[in-house]
Amino acid sequence: MVQFSLPKNSRITTGKTWPKPDGATNVRKFQIYRWSPEDGANPRVDTYFLDMDKCGPMVLDALIKIKNEIDPTLTFRRSCREGICGSCAMNIDGINTLACIYGLDEITGDVKIYPLPHMPVVKDLIPDLTHFYAQHASIMPWLETKTNRPAKEWRQSIEDRKKLDGLYECVMCASCSTACPSYWWNGDRYLGPAALLHAYRWIIDSRDEATGERLDQLEDPFKLYRCHTIMNCTKTCPKGLNPANAIAQIKKMMVERAV
Amino acid sequence: MADVNRGNRPLSPFMLGQYYRPQMTSISSIMVRITGIASLGTAVLLVLWLLAAATSDGAFNVIDGILGSFIGDILMLLATWAIWYHVLGRLRHVIWDFGYAVELDISEKMGAIMFIGATVMAILTVIIV
Repeated sequence: MVQFSLPKNSRITTGKTWPKPDGATNVRKFQIYRWSPEDGANPRVDTYFLDMDKCGPMVLDALIKIKNEIDPTLTFRRSCREGICGSCAMNIDGINTLACIYGLDEITGDVKIYPLPHMPVVKDLIPDLTHFYAQHASIMPWLETKTNRPAKEWRQSIEDRKKLDGLYECVMCASCSTACPSYWWNGDRYLGPAALLHAYRWIIDSRDEATGERLDQLEDPFKLYRCHTIMNCTKTCPKGLNPANAIAQIKKMMVERAV
Repeated sequence: MADVNRGNRPLSPFMLGQYYRPQMTSISSIMVRITGIASLGTAVLLVLWLLAAATSDGAFNVIDGILGSFIGDILMLLATWAIWYHVLGRLRHVIWDFGYAVELDISEKMGAIMFIGATVMAILTVIIV
């Protein structure tokens, strides 16, 4: 359902302002969403100040610096620090992206950091991705075959392999799905851009032998057709992929097999 | 510990404008929806006008007076813009649904064209009609 405001327990209050670093000249203000399951309070936005002369260039560098030097309770996911694991996806400066590959110099003014939009929050910047992963699992993200297993391997021409470029690179960070207004409002039944991009990745794989079943499964007013080509997904993808086009191609295949 | 308080987890903020940056992608899309609904309102108004004409002189004069007033003129100008915007927006959907131009650059350009085009077409409509 279309929703324009947050439920009562999710309204954001002003949080703590942490002290400025001593003797720093190049200070930057960070406003970060905080929520802890332990104190029963509403979410709040805490304000931190960092000495930028002693901070790395990326948003993730700043978060780690805050956690190490100011507030060890600040909680976020991170792992590879180079945009390949997809762990540190969050809403930075009003768009979803990976904190590790988003430069602090790309932001003007204060740095505002929130968890991925319209998701249940586990703690601070960590959203609950259980449903998102379940949707990915539902599109059968594996090679489905019916013919006998070849002696060595499933082979594919160079041209057919090329069709997977721009699809296989997805790191499942959930930036796209949580940037999609349609996913905010129908995410319980609409699969969202990430899961649909993966669905298309297997639909057009020349080695896959379940194309019909895959399309059958998506032939649903909500699973696929809640995509209205808003293209916030493509706009925000930190890997530069185009989920909107993958979805459009699935819709086109649906029509082509029907006529 | 992982399951502590799972039932009462807050929803992370999402609202366009306040927490999610408004972009050509989302704004041009939501405007198609808004102009569509607004055009339905305009259609109701026009049906009302016809109904009034079929009912009596008095009823017609009231409705015609509202539509012919300054506010009515503004309303009809906005409605003209809305219809043109909606037509251009749906045209973009037709192009997309054939599987073409589902790229960010061109889609954003088409979005800008929808805003400019609707304004030009609305002005032309007012001049001609």
